[in-house]
Order: sequence, then C-alpha cells, then structure tokens
Amino acid sequence: MNQKLVVSPSPHVHSGDSVSKNMYGVIIALIPALLASLWYFGIGALIVTLTAIAACVLFEWVIQKYLMKATPSISDGSAALTGLLLAFNLPTNIPIGLIIIGAAVAIGIGKMSFGGLGNNPFNPALVGRVFLLISFPVQMTSWPVPVASRFQYLDATTGATPLSVMKEGLSSGASFSEIMSEIPSYLNLFMGNMGGSAGEVAGIALVLGGLYLLVRKIITWHIPVSVLGSIAVFTAILHFSNPDDYAGPLFHILTGGVLLGAFFMATDYVSSPMSRKGMLLYGVGIGVITVLIRVYGSYPEGVSFAILIMNAFVPLIDRYMKPKRFGEKIKAAKVQKQ
Amino acid sequence: MSIVLITILTLAGLGALAAVILYLASQKFKVFEDPRIDKVEEALPAANCGGCGFPGCRAFAEALVKADDISDLNCPVGGPDVMSTVAEILGKEVSKADPMVAVVRCNGTCENRPRLNDYEGATSCAVAAALYGGETGCSYGCYGLGDCVEACDFEAMYMDEETGLPVIIEDNCVACGACVDACPKDIIELRKKGPKSRRIFVSCVNQDKGAVAKKACDVACIGCGKCAKVCPFDAITIENNLAYIDYDKCRLCRKCVPVCPTNAIHEINFPPPKPKPAKEEEPANTPASSN
Amino acid sequence: MLKTFSIGGIHPADRKISADKSIEVLPLPKRVVVPVAQHIGAPAKTEVKKGDLVKAGQVIAKSGGFVSANIHSPVSGKVFKLDEVVDASGYRKPVVIIDVEDDEWEESIDRSETLKTEITISSEEIVKKVGEMGIVGMGGATFPAHVKLAPPPGKKCEVLIINGVECEPFLTSDHRVMLEKGDELIVGIRILMKALKVDRAVIGIENNKPDAIKHLSQLADKEQGIEVQPLKVQYPQGGEKQLIDAVTGRQVPSGKLPIEVGAVVHNVGTTLAVYEAVQKNKPLIERVVTVTGPGVSKPSNFLARIGTPVSQLIEAAGGLPDNTGKVIGGGPMMGKALSNLEVPVTKGSSGILVFPHEEAHRKPMENCIRCGKCVSVCPMGLEPYLLMIETEKELLDRAESDNIMDCIECGSCSFTCPATRPLLDYIRLGKGKVGQIIRNRN
Repeated sequence: MNQKLVVSPSPHVHSGDSVSKNMYGVIIALIPALLASLWYFGIGALIVTLTAIAACVLFEWVIQKYLMKATPSISDGSAALTGLLLAFNLPTNIPIGLIIIGAAVAIGIGKMSFGGLGNNPFNPALVGRVFLLISFPVQMTSWPVPVASRFQYLDATTGATPLSVMKEGLSSGASFSEIMSEIPSYLNLFMGNMGGSAGEVAGIALVLGGLYLLVRKIITWHIPVSVLGSIAVFTAILHFSNPDDYAGPLFHILTGGVLLGAFFMATDYVSSPMSRKGMLLYGVGIGVITVLIRVYGSYPEGVSFAILIMNAFVPLIDRYMKPKRFGEKIKAAKVQKQ
Repeated sequence: MSIVLITILTLAGLGALAAVILYLASQKFKVFEDPRIDKVEEALPAANCGGCGFPGCRAFAEALVKADDISDLNCPVGGPDVMSTVAEILGKEVSKADPMVAVVRCNGTCENRPRLNDYEGATSCAVAAALYGGETGCSYGCYGLGDCVEACDFEAMYMDEETGLPVIIEDNCVACGACVDACPKDIIELRKKGPKSRRIFVSCVNQDKGAVAKKACDVACIGCGKCAKVCPFDAITIENNLAYIDYDKCRLCRKCVPVCPTNAIHEINFPPPKPKPAKEEEPANTPASSN
Repeated sequence: MLKTFSIGGIHPADRKISADKSIEVLPLPKRVVVPVAQHIGAPAKTEVKKGDLVKAGQVIAKSGGFVSANIHSPVSGKVFKLDEVVDASGYRKPVVIIDVEDDEWEESIDRSETLKTEITISSEEIVKKVGEMGIVGMGGATFPAHVKLAPPPGKKCEVLIINGVECEPFLTSDHRVMLEKGDELIVGIRILMKALKVDRAVIGIENNKPDAIKHLSQLADKEQGIEVQPLKVQYPQGGEKQLIDAVTGRQVPSGKLPIEVGAVVHNVGTTLAVYEAVQKNKPLIERVVTVTGPGVSKPSNFLARIGTPVSQLIEAAGGLPDNTGKVIGGGPMMGKALSNLEVPVTKGSSGILVFPHEEAHRKPMENCIRCGKCVSVCPMGLEPYLLMIETEKELLDRAESDNIMDCIECGSCSFTCPATRPLLDYIRLGKGKVGQIIRNRN
C-alpha cells in the first residue's frame, strides 16, 4: 500500500445528494413554467428571465469575491435559481434597469447581507419582488396581455389580471358569477392564458414542476398541500356562505402566484421550517394570510407578502414545533392510563 | 376643536399614567448597586475573555468590590497597570502576580513526528480526539486542527502551515487561558513569562514508555531523567515517563537543556548560544545559580 | 405492507457482495493479541502472566464487575507478554499477547458438531453460564449479554426479539449464521426464552434476505412460540429501539431500557454464542467476521479467533488492494476507521470493510441550506442540524433539552446531508460533553 489510510468518523458512506443537485433540480422543475411563459409572453419573458438570472449570478459573484473575500460559489445554482424565481415574479414588460435593481436587492439585501446561502431569513426572490412592487407600483402592476404581446417588450399591450378584475368588480357591487363571465374560463386560467407575472400564469406547468420536485424528493408534500388546502378551505367557507360577494376556491388557487408560491417559493429550504409539523403550520399561515390580503386588503394579490410574513415566523416555529421524538408516543399513552 | 382637545388630553393622560406606573415600578424593583462596580468595570479592559475566572468583566468587577482581599484576583489582560488602578479605586492591596504566557508543549512537527494516517473528519481537535489518537504514533500530541487558535480572542495564535503546530505570539498573549481550555489534549499550559520573557519548558506531553515515545516522535520526552539529575534546584520531576519543569522552582540555569537526548527541553528568548551554553549570562534578574 | 420502524430512516445501497460466501474457518494465526476490555463496562482483570501456558477457552482475564465480561484465551500457547498496544482508536490499551502453540482446548468444551437440543440447566444457571463464558452483544455494541438476561426487579420481559436485521450495508456475518447455523440458533433462542421466562420470541429479518427468512421460518414452525418477522428494508432497523418499534409497535421512552416496554433484544451472533456456551461449554473465543469491500478480490465470511490481526483476515480475503484508502472495522454507517491493520479481531468485530480511495474521502462541507432532510431521516426524531450548532456554540443546556442524549449515532443525518456537513461528528462530541455534565450533576 503506497498511501496512508484515511481515518474519519462514521458514517463512511454518503447518499451522494448535494446542494447543487437540489438547486438544479428546482431549476429543472421550473422549465415547463418557463416554456409556458415564453409561449404566452414571448420575447418579453426571454429578456426578463435572462436579465434576472445574469444579474443575480453577477451580484452574487461580485459580493462573494470582493465584499466577503470568499471563493465564489455561483456554480451551486442557488443564485441562478433566485434569478429565475425573481423573473417569474415580474411582469414581462418591466424595464431592464428595474430588473437589475430587483436582482441587487434580492441578492445583496435578501441574501448576502445575512451571510449568504443558508442564512437568509427571507426568500431572496420575494424580497426583490416586493421591493420593486412597493417602489415601482406602476411598472409592477401593468401586465402584458398573453399571446398577443409575444413580439413586444416594453411596448406590450397591457391588461388587467383576473385577480384585479375580480377585486374591482366585487368592490363595485358586481357578483362573482357576473365577473367570471368577463374573465377567462377556469380551463384558460389553468393553462395560463391570462395576464400576470412571467412565471405564475401557467398552472399546469407549475403543477407538473411541483410533482417533479415531489417525485425527486426535493420537497415534501407538507408545504404545498397546506398552502393550497388552507386557501381552498378558507375561500370555500367565504364563497359558500355568500356566493355573490366572494370568489370561489378554484378561482383563488388558479390565479395570481398561488401555485408558484405553494410549490416553489414557500418551499424554499432556507426560509421554511425544518420539521413536518412546522411546515404544516407555516403553510396554513401562508394560505390564511394570502386570503386575508386578497379579500380584505387593498392589494389584489397577497402570496408574496404572506410568504414573507411567515418567513419571519420560521425561527419561532422551529423553536417551538419540534419533530415528534422517538418514544414520546409511549409517554403520552402512559400518562393517559394513570 | 373638541376633537383636538380630547386627543391632546387623552394622550397627555396616557403619558402621565405611564410615567406614574414607571416611577412606581422603578421604586419597587430598585436594586442597590455599589457605584464602585461601575467604576471598576470602566477600569477593566472590557475584553470579557473570562481569563480571570469570572463570566465577563462585570462579574469580575462585582467580585473585586465584594472581596476583602483582592490579591488573589487578577486580570490577565490588563495586567498590573489595570489592577493597580482597580486597587486605587477600591483602596485595597493589589497582588503582584507574575505575568503569565501560554506555551505549546508539543514539538511534533511533520518532520519530527511522521504522519501514519490521514484524518478527514470535521476540522476540530475535539472531534478528532473523541474519535482516535491522531494522525501519528503519538496519541498525546497536537492534532493541529486549530481549536486553540479558534478560541483565542486576542489574535495571539496562528497555525504554522509548515510544522502543523500552533504558534503563540507572545506580545499579544494575555494568558486568559482560553486556548488551554480548548485543547483536548492539555498540551497548552500557562507558564510564568519569566524575566525578559525567558523561560524553559519540556515541549512534550507524551506519557508512553521511552522507546514507544521515541519511535513515534524524534523529539519526544522519553522520561530518562537526565534533566532531573542535573537540575540543581529540584525543579524537574519525572512522572509517567514525562519530565515536567516547575516554573516556580526553575531559576533558568539551562543546565537541563543540553543534557536532553531528544532536545525536548526548549529555551525561549535567551541570547544566541555561546560556545559554552551552560554558562549563565544573565545576572540582572536571574539569581546567579551557576556552580 | 411489511413492518418497519415509524420515524425517519434511510436506504443506503446494501452491496452485500459476500452474502453467498459460506463461512470459512480461518487458519490459526501465529500470535494473538487479546484486549482485556472488549465490552462496555468495567475492563476485565488480567489473570495470567508472562510465560504462562494457556489452553483455548481458559480464562485469562476475570470480569471486573456485574457489567463486565470474562476474557478467555482464544488459542493454546504461551503468554508472550502483557503489554499495551494501539487499538483501533489509536490509543494504547492493555492486552495479553499469546504465541500460538498447537490447538489444545479445555477438556470441558464439547467441540463436536452434533446438535444438542435438550436444555438441562435452570434459568438462573443459564444466566450465570452466559456471564462466565464472556458473552457480549456481538452486533457491535458489546454489552455483556448476561446483564440483559437478568431484568431488573419489577420488570417483566414479554417478548424476546432476535436481531437478524443486519441493516448495515456490506455486512453478511449474521446472514450467514442464520443460513448455516439455523438449528443451533433455534436452540439458542429456546435457551434465551427459558432464561428470560418468556413464551414468545420473534426473529426480525429484513426482506433483502429471503433465503434466511425462508430457512428460519421452516425451522421456527416446528417450535412453540418462535416466529419469524420479515421487515421492510430500512436503515437503522438493527438499532435496538428501532427493531422493537418495528416488531412490536412500542417505542422505548427516552433514556429507558428496552425492558421498559417488555422487550429484550439479542443479536443472532450472540444467540449462537449462547447456544455454544450453554450446550457445548464453549466460551466466546471465535466469531464470524465478514471481510469485504468493492476492491477486495475474495470477499468472505470467516470464522476467526478473537485476537487475530485484521491484516491476516484481509490477507485471507485476497490481500489489501493497491488503491486502498480506508479500512473500517464494522459496517460503513457505524464502523470505525482503522488507523493501523495490526489491531485484533474483538468480540464486537462484525466485519472488516476495505474501501478504495475513490470512496474513502468526504466531500468538502458547505453551508447548511436548512433543507430539513436530517430532521426527516433521524430515526429518533431529533434535529441534527440544531444539535450540531448547539455543540459548536457550546449551548450544551439547550442541546440537552433538545434530547441530544437520545442520539443513537446511526449516521443517517450525515449520510443524507446535501451540504455534507459533519453533523454526527459534532453531535457525538456534544453527547460526550452533555454526558459529562449530567454525570457531574448526579
């Protein structure tokens, strides 16, 4: 034997899983939604996506190299993923300058200021998006019309999203069923044929990607199911108690960023809870806050805010929602007996 | 008009109420604190290193104020200057503690102590020590993973890449003892800094029998006892095949240094060796001990 | 739906390449090195001195207390010396070194192959015998077996569980014992049942050993109260608490022993040793050791005397491959990497695993991405990521309240971590420190 033996503590084998495998797994899962976005919004989607990814990767590299004086780790795919998710949360006619600002906020403030990957309490892409939404409300809420604006970028024909139509309609006294006849059918909503952010429209593509994540065990069912379930239950209660004034659960789930949020944004590893119980609570929190904002707030859409608000509760959830310890079952049973 | 008035009155009322509650609370829960504690704390270096044996400078200040005799208490960071200031504030006698410094009692460099296997666990001496005896044949020596450097708050230590051993920067070392606690092998020891920072110590902690120790490391103490025999002050004891020099008894005569067959006894900060190293050169601080 | 344990678990590739190799008797070594502490508990006290002539099976070190075990000479020959040598962990431990001369056994030992089914001695005598014969848990924990056969007063054993899970990848020694020593095992189980005064015994075997399940089921059908329970493959099912959960659905509470839920677990290797001790008067001086690994030319299961150097076993399995990077005593999940190959086989050595350089190294550690995978695989329901941080930051009181002492060190968390963080390294360290604090408190 020519080399020295290696000594290390057990275990001596590893699953082969890695950070980059998980990150690229999520990126792969987002490809159907990206294709759908290119189909509906054409050139605008392309420009927004490429700019956002390039800007995020660049900012991460610069900050790691020159500010943190560390070896840049952009190849792990996390910055690219943040860029892609940021792009998916922007309208496709947004000027490049704003995208770069958004990327700088997402990476610089949302992620690196806390110490980089793994340390950020909030979902970086959403930090970027919400920053833009509050700072540039006009540009952030003019939505290109799908298909028709394929070959337009800044000059795209814009229209309203189903959610804003619904919000305005309901507040002006129209009933839910009347408004439903003005907006695309449920099938069109599911296929993504509506106005909205680049990646949030195509429900079918997002569900497909979400299933891919579940099959590859990159995420577990807890967060998506609890988000979607709580939105469905909450809106169903409102709708069936007063069908005219409140939109139905299916409408709420298919519009806005609910599917994107439930499968891809809320499940972000870093900013979501660690235990299964915690994940369920977190998901329900997101669902309830989303509906509260949509129904009672002034914004038509609330998923981003809901996720950010629940992100803030994650340390608390982790502190108090411990996983079920081995042996607890018995203790509980014994106490009951006595 | 009345709305404005009501608003002002309500807010003012709330403010007044809160003020009263706060006042009462502060009266009720008032804790008497010796004002000297604050003064002493101010005099301390605020390093909060724990080197004095108390959890932070505040706790040390409280102990100083409370104690009748503070000669046992010492702030290693501030040294005699700070302690005399403290003594002035409190009007108590101060100790004249000898300044101490950390020394690394292992010279198992890559050259002296061949590596027999490769460690590849977490970069932590504590983890490695819990796992096994280390990369070399000596299970007492330094792992070289830098727990001590990590523990040092005063930038007084660094890992020498070439030797794989920690090095102490004397000028920065305040003898707080953090590295001593961090070392799972008890290799680092606080020793008297000595006059002109001169000191002699056995740079080995191996307790194996001589042959075994020597096989593992060229510069191991083999417990032969030659140093103990030659020492005129009975400062050297041999226990578990290992020589130890008591720094309170050692008068720095350096007789033990040349007799050590493995060069395990180190002398620090002495002038460069003269043809006759046994000769004592420093009469000022060291009591003349030769012959 | 097959039974398994209820929390966490992982599925490492099982790579049991030596599963179809029957047990071979390893030739006697020239010299054996017998450590006097081969078990958990007090070390044994040496009873021989340099130059003494000993026979195989003769006591050379007496049990040092209740939780301790006798050490017997595994060979006949002359005591070369009593010394301290470097053990698997690189620390020097007291040993007895014996130069082998012939192969003469104590007369009382029955070395015939005939199966002796009739149990003639009483429960108490069985427990005493098991203690005298130096039998310890042979799955790796090396807890003295007679202690587990004497339940504390007020506790009643309801079921005896025989651990034939062998959930560690690569290892096949228990598998081979179940296939080749089935009859002896069944008698051994009856002896244990008698000692514990239970009328039900369950042999837990994972579903990746269908031949062993079939063979033992056939034998068990003829016996009253013995049954075979096939289990879904999942690591760490061989852990005592996990196995009890899988077989009975009961969970041993934190800090308690299995007897708390009326179960006692013994490994198949231990059961065989009990049979030999009680029926044949044979102390624990040899055991089945798997020698295997991706580069090993002749993966084998050897019946080796305790004290045989590891190097000799590897030699018998075709020698050490050229690009060997790591040699592990035990399985890849919980085994100990050896720093030298002259360490001896001990009562707890279930396997020797040789890894080539490609598999010997860890990947560099990255930031924790809080994916929660360590939490979901932990079979004890702990939060490894948190325990690691708490240990690093010396928040030991919080580590204690987060149940760090419940960790069974199975390694599932480190195995799974995508950022290859040394979770278990730190948890083990934290366990040590918290354990110290708890001991000081009492």
